[in-house]
Amino acid sequence: MQSVLCAMRIFCAAYTYLITYFIQLSLMLNHYETAFILTPVLSESQMKEAVDKFENLLTSNGATIANREEWGLKKLAYPIQGKTTGFYALLQFDAEPAVVATLETAYRRDEKVVRFLTFRLDKYAYEYAQKRINKTTKVEEA
Amino acid sequence: MAAENEIRYLTPQQQDKKKKKYCRFKKSGIKYIDYKDPEFLKKFLNEQGKILPRRITGTSLKYQRKVAQAVKRARHLALLPYVTDCMK
Repeated sequence: MQSVLCAMRIFCAAYTYLITYFIQLSLMLNHYETAFILTPVLSESQMKEAVDKFENLLTSNGATIANREEWGLKKLAYPIQGKTTGFYALLQFDAEPAVVATLETAYRRDEKVVRFLTFRLDKYAYEYAQKRINKTTKVEEA
Repeated sequence: MAAENEIRYLTPQQQDKKKKKYCRFKKSGIKYIDYKDPEFLKKFLNEQGKILPRRITGTSLKYQRKVAQAVKRARHLALLPYVTDCMK
């Protein structure tokens, strides 16, 4: 009788543990960084518009933008789609993992995007990113 | 007898102690290698843009993996070339 009770208790404990684990999973927020290249045929305002579009897409999906950078027109190390230059843009955001998939489908649908890269920031990468943000804001203030 | 064993050199013999290689990331405490800085990553590439082995750069295994990842990310975003003839 006692052994059955004991087994029941262990089962209950494991069950509650599992439930809390799944709740944590569903609420999980990660730090992400995404960089993409836009075609050089766009004008400056069109480029800004395109970056705004992706930023709005992220915020409407419940992500918070931590940093936004535009590196401007840069030369590519090798030609992509017959183009030797491109507009670089960088976004850092905190979001749930599912947001990344919607962002990447949006990239693929958009003809203006030539290349993109999205990845999760680990502990050290996040520290580095915070430092970078602080540095850029200081430069802007000065 | 003792004089015979003693070998004398005209020029002082060079004791070439090999300089021990070290991992620059461990030494300077860098924890994350940024793919956005292609100039820095070029230190780990040869003329053709290939990643140099650990036995040449002295990087520890942990950071060699991170260097490789950063280089590959930079290549994908066209910050570094996949193949070239003269890097510098």
